Amino acid sequence: MLNKNIYLILIISLVFAISFWIGFNVNLLPAEASINAPIYDELFKILFIIGLIIFLGMTIAVIYSLLKFRKRNDQIGDGIALEGNLSLEIVWTIIPSIIVLLIGLYSYNIYDRMGGMKELNHNHEMMSSNTEKIWAGISQTSDNEIAINNLSIEVSAMQFAFLFNYPKGNFISGELHVPVDQKVSMKMESKDVIHAFWVPEFRIKQDIIPGQPTILNFTPTKVGKYPIICAELCGPYHGGMRASIIVEEESDYNEWFNKNKKPEVNL
Amino acid sequence: MTISIDPQKTNNESLQPKGWLRYFSFSLDHKVIGIQYLVCGFLFYLIGGTLASAIRIELTSPMSDFMPRDVYNQVLTLHGTIMIFLWIVPVVNGAFGNYLIPFYVGARDMAFPRLNAVAFWLIPPSGLMLVASYFVEGAAQAGWTAYPPLSITTPQSGQIIWILSVLLLGGSSIFGGINFIATIIKLRRPGLKLMQLPMYCWAMLGTSLLVVLSTPVLAGTLILLSFDIIANTGFFNPVLGGNVVVYQHLFWFYSHPAVYIMVLPAFGLVSEILPIHARKPLFGYTTMVFSIMGIVVLGLVVWAHHMFTSGTPPWMRLFFTIATAFIAVPTGIKFFNWVATLWGGKISINSAMLFSCGFIINFVFGGITGVALAQVPFDIHVHDTYFVVAHFHYIVYGGTVFIIFSSIYHWFPKVTGKMLNEKLGILHFIITFIGFNLCFAPQHWLGLNGMPRRVAEYDPQFQFVNQISSLGALLMAISTIPFLINVFLSVRNGKDAGDNPWNALTPEWLTSSPPPVENWEGEAPLVEEPYGYGKEFSEQK
Repeated sequence: MLNKNIYLILIISLVFAISFWIGFNVNLLPAEASINAPIYDELFKILFIIGLIIFLGMTIAVIYSLLKFRKRNDQIGDGIALEGNLSLEIVWTIIPSIIVLLIGLYSYNIYDRMGGMKELNHNHEMMSSNTEKIWAGISQTSDNEIAINNLSIEVSAMQFAFLFNYPKGNFISGELHVPVDQKVSMKMESKDVIHAFWVPEFRIKQDIIPGQPTILNFTPTKVGKYPIICAELCGPYHGGMRASIIVEEESDYNEWFNKNKKPEVNL
Repeated sequence: MTISIDPQKTNNESLQPKGWLRYFSFSLDHKVIGIQYLVCGFLFYLIGGTLASAIRIELTSPMSDFMPRDVYNQVLTLHGTIMIFLWIVPVVNGAFGNYLIPFYVGARDMAFPRLNAVAFWLIPPSGLMLVASYFVEGAAQAGWTAYPPLSITTPQSGQIIWILSVLLLGGSSIFGGINFIATIIKLRRPGLKLMQLPMYCWAMLGTSLLVVLSTPVLAGTLILLSFDIIANTGFFNPVLGGNVVVYQHLFWFYSHPAVYIMVLPAFGLVSEILPIHARKPLFGYTTMVFSIMGIVVLGLVVWAHHMFTSGTPPWMRLFFTIATAFIAVPTGIKFFNWVATLWGGKISINSAMLFSCGFIINFVFGGITGVALAQVPFDIHVHDTYFVVAHFHYIVYGGTVFIIFSSIYHWFPKVTGKMLNEKLGILHFIITFIGFNLCFAPQHWLGLNGMPRRVAEYDPQFQFVNQISSLGALLMAISTIPFLINVFLSVRNGKDAGDNPWNALTPEWLTSSPPPVENWEGEAPLVEEPYGYGKEFSEQK
């Protein structure tokens, strides 16, 4: 009996060790290029390790049962008439419930740190009574409520392209240029069918919906060029609907901005 | 609750064609209808599998070069629709439900045999219609989810035929669901209590409740969508003031429970197969029943987890996160109970057992990625990517389809009186298991790193991993060859099975194989302990 328990403890610690090792050493995710990305990767790592422990544990239990309890040629009759074990069943109801609840609370915390529960509008002075607490969601705010002190861009999506309107510079670009380490606030609307704005390196995605503007805020942290991918089936050229986001130093960004800026038209 | 044999009906039975011809007739025999569902479903599985192969061939190169882009979208739409509505739902519900439920409750047929036949005969015409729509003006190309406005703006004839076809299939499913509920509740033989029923009955009761509660919502939604397409109404069309997100809510109110309509019967089937081949009682019968009902209730309140990026308010995201993650608890109970059923048994390692164990391993994997996907911050990155594609194929293929094969190996002797060849069966399992995991495991990585789903072209950096995935798909296609050879050889020349080759205690094995028209020569046996293995009276051999 003691021997058996030692083996069990040994196997369980081995499963934990392997899972933690893989969780910390195998990277399945692309580069981290926004404030969201490291927070996301932290959640991913935890879920990955818990998932590995459960998966390895269950797989070992199934394969072990098949090998250990397989019917030998000389055996007749049935296995033990064990119809259940209430305390065991309560244990494996309560433990998963606790794990699931902890994961839920933890992901709530992650969601909050990503800004999910914060006011949509960064600029608190401008907040009006009907501002909703929505992150990457639908906004009922009017245009001038989009923050003034962060970069605001209007995105329109259509089959099969993204257009980025810089209201301050009064120009439209096919490439999204943003300065590094500065909060970007985008108001997005589709001109035809549903599209989605996805930057894998930023770990953000938001559908772009016709008739209902959506808002997406993010802060890039790493200079570079990243793909913008449409993630919602939008027609035959859906796979080709891509654009680029170019994150650059503020001076480079200003240079690009001033080159494209059009003088304001005074009516 | 007693079963009276109507002499009128017996006369009708004698007018039914005999032999193989009865499978092409409007037969009222639940066993014939069950086989009709199974064979019809399998033929559509071959069509859907061919479409899947076309998708995987297209994706071996990063450019769209194998077929035109709009045809690619038609192929993926038909693949999804056929696999769900014409293969998995009809087979795990219609085929096994019709064949087994009357045996399990001790009845001579289903409660409404004519409705039952109508439910089946709706399937072949609507399936053929769906496939034939390709030749009209091109099939539907808005994906199996048919999100407006895309479904309103793509060529209309394909989309309308798609809607009609899904409406008919939904109708068939509702007829089946009503029939199962009535049969399980009202046709039990005298003395048989609900808590003595084999687990598959409970699974089918739960599934049928979901079918009856949620399928009408899908039907209503699709009718509104068809109005938008042909009559220019504006329910979902934003140009006319409609709301596209409302469609998503209505659609997923059915289509998330549809996942449970596809997996709960599989949970029931595996609960029948494991105890017999492990020679042990099903572990924790009562908790299994409660966990099925728990899944039914929770399954109805999780639909918005498909819409975390559609612009839902935060409270809704949190509610659906918690509700979805909690489904893991009753589901987990079932998996622990199955492993506990194996523990300490005398397990026969055969094709049915291997496919069932493959199911447990694959489904646990799919369930773990499912709990991860339920978390809003996690889902926002991988929603609508290959990660999701991999996740649900682990559930519906690695889960349900593995159980369909397991069930075929298990009940083939009952239906035909012949055994399937075990060597070919184990070969079938090995190729399927390797091919399946090779095909879908790498897709998790693709999704995490930036490959969206439903694309014909992709970033060239993903080519190698996509080719591995396609190689897996090739193996899966090849794996059907030993299976088909096995079935065709065994139907004619298989080893005689006898009436009860597995020494099983569930009622369908307590009659001859194949069973007579009205299931038992005499009265139906009263089986109070369908899982009484290891007790004295079961030690016959």
